[in-house]
Amino acid sequence: MIATALTTVVLAVLAIGAALAAWQSRRWLAGRPAAVGVVAGLRALPGRYLVDVHHVVGRTPFNARFHALVAGGFLAAVVLLVAMGVAIAGSWAGSRIVWLLLAVVLAAMLAGALMVRHRRRVLRPRELSQGRFARLPLSLLGFSGCLLVVALDQSLGGVMPEALALILVAIAGLAMADLVWGVWKGPLKHAVHGALHLAFHPRPARFHDGRGRDTGLKPLPLAPSEDAGTVEPGTLGVERPVDFAWNRLLGFDACVQCGRCETACPAYAAGLPLNPKKLVQDLVVAMDAEASDAAYAGNPHPGRSVGKAHGGAALPLIGPDAMIHPDTLWSCTTCRACVQECPMMIEHVDAVVDLRRFQTLELGATPGKAAVMLEELRATDNPGGRALSRRWDWAADLSLPRLPAGGSCDTLLWVGDGAFDLRVQRSLRALVVLLRRAGVDFAVLGDDELDCGDVARRLGDEATFQSLATRNVATLNARRFTRIVTADPHVLHTLRNEYPAFGGSWTVVHHTALLLELITTGALTVTKPVGRSVTFHDPCYLGRYNGEIEAPRALLDAIGVERREMLRSGLRSSCCGGGGGAPLTDVSGERRIPDVRMEHVRETGASLVAVACPNCALMLEGVVGPRPEVAEIAELVLAATETAR
Amino acid sequence: MLDVAVLLSIGRHPVSGRARRAATDAQALEMALALRPRRLTAIHAGPPTDGEALRAYLGMGLERLTHLVLSEGADPVEPLIAHLRQFDPSLVLTGRQAEDGEGSGMLPYLIARGLDAAVVPDVVRIGPADAPNSIPGAADLVQALPRGQRRALTATGRFVATIHPSAPPARASAYGPARRGVIEPVAAQATADLFLSDCEHRPWRPKPKLMRVKRGGSALDRLKAATESKSGKGQLLVNPTAEAGALAIYDSLVEQGMLP
Ligand code: SF4
Ligand code: SF4
Repeated sequence: MIATALTTVVLAVLAIGAALAAWQSRRWLAGRPAAVGVVAGLRALPGRYLVDVHHVVGRTPFNARFHALVAGGFLAAVVLLVAMGVAIAGSWAGSRIVWLLLAVVLAAMLAGALMVRHRRRVLRPRELSQGRFARLPLSLLGFSGCLLVVALDQSLGGVMPEALALILVAIAGLAMADLVWGVWKGPLKHAVHGALHLAFHPRPARFHDGRGRDTGLKPLPLAPSEDAGTVEPGTLGVERPVDFAWNRLLGFDACVQCGRCETACPAYAAGLPLNPKKLVQDLVVAMDAEASDAAYAGNPHPGRSVGKAHGGAALPLIGPDAMIHPDTLWSCTTCRACVQECPMMIEHVDAVVDLRRFQTLELGATPGKAAVMLEELRATDNPGGRALSRRWDWAADLSLPRLPAGGSCDTLLWVGDGAFDLRVQRSLRALVVLLRRAGVDFAVLGDDELDCGDVARRLGDEATFQSLATRNVATLNARRFTRIVTADPHVLHTLRNEYPAFGGSWTVVHHTALLLELITTGALTVTKPVGRSVTFHDPCYLGRYNGEIEAPRALLDAIGVERREMLRSGLRSSCCGGGGGAPLTDVSGERRIPDVRMEHVRETGASLVAVACPNCALMLEGVVGPRPEVAEIAELVLAATETAR
Repeated sequence: MLDVAVLLSIGRHPVSGRARRAATDAQALEMALALRPRRLTAIHAGPPTDGEALRAYLGMGLERLTHLVLSEGADPVEPLIAHLRQFDPSLVLTGRQAEDGEGSGMLPYLIARGLDAAVVPDVVRIGPADAPNSIPGAADLVQALPRGQRRALTATGRFVATIHPSAPPARASAYGPARRGVIEPVAAQATADLFLSDCEHRPWRPKPKLMRVKRGGSALDRLKAATESKSGKGQLLVNPTAEAGALAIYDSLVEQGMLP
C-alpha cells in the first residue's frame, strides 16, 4: 500500500516534470539551426559530467560534496522508487532490502540537503541568487527527511500507522513537486538543461574527450551562401534571442545562478555595469515572449537597477530600454574568467561577441573611440592610422633582417601593434637583444606585417578581421620558417587558434616559452639573478586562452626571482582590463579594472609585477603610484643575462 | 527641410592613400540623415574606379546612392548641376572640399551658381528656424569661423551648404547595410577638366611651424608663442640633403637654447 502510493506519486511528478521540460524546450528550439552530433554527444555526456563538470565544481570542495550527496541521493532514490513501481507486481517490491537501500541513499541526500541549508542560511555567499532558490533547502529536506522515515519504518516491517506514513509520503510528494516544478523556472532547471547542454555543447572540443581547450572564435560567414542565389543576405550576428543557435540558448537555460562567474568577472569587481550571471539571466528570460527581469533575485549589473528591462524572443536584445544595456555589452574584456568558472560550461564570451557582431556589422553602433579605431584600421591596416613602415621606427638602429616573400628563416618575429607604442618598444628592444645574444636566426616581416585583427574581432567587426586574416595568412604562407615568435598573447591566440580557419597553420610560440628554451639549452646564461620579490600577472590570452602558465613561471624561477603568487593566478588569474577592446569602448565604472588588479599585486607584497603582454604592461603601468614596479618579462631576462664587458 | 541632396566624393586616407569615405562628406551625410528629410538624394559623380569605397556611405544607413559615371578626368560640375535640376532639392549638402580628384573647394560655388542658389560655407549645424515670425521653410544655421568662433544665420530659399570638420562627427559605417545598399550607376556626359589635368599632383603636407621658445611674459603670451605659427621667418629648405637638413635642425636647436 505504502509502496504503491509512493511510486504513484513519484511517477506522476516525474511525468509532470518531463512534460514541463518538453514544453520549455520550445523556447530554445526556436533558435537558429546548429550542426550537432546528437549520438556522439549523448554518448559523451556521462564522461563530460564526471570529468569536466566535476573539475570545475571540485574547485570548491564543500559544494562538490553536497552536490554529489544531493544529486546522487536524489537520482538513486528516484531510480529505486521507479524500479519499485515497475516491479510492483513482483513480490520483492515491498521487500525490506529495497527499503533499506532506499533509506541509505535518502540518508545521504538528507546529509547533502543539510549542507545546502547550511550554505544558503548560514554561510549565505553574496553571489547566490535568492528568489525561487530560497525554497530549495526546504524542498530537499522535506523530500529526503519524510521519505527516510517511511523507508526506515518499512525496512523494519512497518510499525508506523499507515495514515501517518501516507501523510509523510504526501509531504515528500509535495516537496518533490516543488523540486520538479523547478524544472520550469527554478533550481532544478539546470539538471535537465545542463545535461542536454553537455551533450549538444557548441564547443565539444573543450571537453576532455576533445582537445580539452577550445577558445578561438568561430568565423562568421560573410558571403551570402551559394544556394541563397538572389535572396537578400541575412543579418550578421545576433539581434534577438532567436538569432542565437538553439544549442546556445539551451546553454543559457542551463545557468543555475551560482554566481561563480560574477565572483570571477573583473568588470564586475571594478563596478562596471556588467554581471555575467545577470547577463546570462537576461538572455534566459528574454527567451519568453513577454520578458522582464523583474523576477531576477541576484546581484544586478553594478550601477543599474533591476526590473526595468523588457524584451522578448523576437525583440532586440541590446538597447537603453531593452533587456541588455549597451554599456553592459561593451564592458566585457573577453577575459574568459567567467567561462573558466562556470560549472554549466556556458560560453559567455561567444554570446558577447555574437551580440557585438550585430551591433558593429549591422548598426555601426560600436562606441566612441572603438569606431574611430576600426575606421583607421580599415584604411591603414593598423589601429593608429599610421604608415606601416613606422612600425619599425624603434628598431632603426637594430637593422632587423626582413623576410621577403619566398624567403626562409628559422624564427619569424611578429612584433604586433605594440611596436607603435613607446612603452612596448622598450620590451621589444629587450627581446631583440636577447635573440641576438642567443644567436637565434630570426627575421621580421617588415611593412608586410598587418594588424592581426584581434581587437577588431572582439569588437564584433568580423569583416575587417577576415580581411586582415586572409591577407596575413597569404603573407605568411608565402614564406618559409619553422616557427613564429611573438611577445603579444593576443597575436599568439589569433595566429595559433583563429587563423587555421583561414588556411594558416604554423607553430606559434610565445616569447616566454622561447626565452625559457634558450635558457635551458644554455644559449642564454643567467649572470645576475634578479633576487627581488616578483609576482607574475598571467595574461588572459596566454593562460586561459592557451593554457600556458608554466613557462613564464619557470622562466622567472630561472632568472632567480623570489616568486610570489597572487590569490588569483594561473588559469584563474584576473584580467588587467586591456582585452576585447575594453580600453577603447571605455565604459566607466566605480574603479578601473587595472586598479583592481594592482590591488591583488599589492596584497602579495612583491616589489615588482612581471607581465608578458603589451596590453598588460600598458594597463598596469597606467595605475597611479605609489605602486609596485611593472616590468615586461623580457626586460627582466635581459638584465639577468647581461654579460660582463 | 523637406528635400535634401548630398554630394559625396571618394576620399583618400592621408597616410595609406587608400580610397575611403571622405571625412567632411561623411559629416554632410550625417547632417542630412539627422535632418530626417522627406526625400534624401545622395549623388557621387566620378569615374567608376574605387566605386566600392562609396559603400562606406551606404553603411551609414543610406539605402541607395546615385553614381553619375564619368570618364577619367572629366569635370563633374555640369553633370551634377543637370542631375540636381531634375530633383530641385531645397538644400544641397557637401563637405567643404574633397580629399582627392575633382571635388575642389570651388565645386560648391559652381554648383550653386548653376542652380541659382546661395552658398553657406563651413556650416556646423542646420535646423528648421524656430523664431515665431520666421518665414516658412527658413533654416537656422550655425557657421564656423576661424579661431573657434561661431555665427548664427537664417537662410531662406534654396541653398548649398558646405560642412566644416567641427560639425558633428559622422556615424560609423556598418558592413551589413553597406553591402545591401544599392549604387545606381547613371551614365553622364561631361567635358574633360583641362585645368586639373594641367596641375601637378603631390601629397599634402602640413605647413611647417616655426617653434619659438620665449621665456617670461604672461601665460597667454607663452601659450601663443608655443602654438602660433609664424610664417616669413626662418629658413625654407626644399628637398635638402640629409646632412643639410640635420645641420639646419641642429642650428635651430642651438639657437633656441635647447642644445648647448
Ligand atoms: S569575459 Fe571577463 S569581463 Fe567578460 S563577462 Fe566574462 S569575466 Fe566578465
Ligand atoms: S553563468 Fe555559469 S557561473 Fe554564472 S551563474 Fe550561471 S551557472 Fe553560475
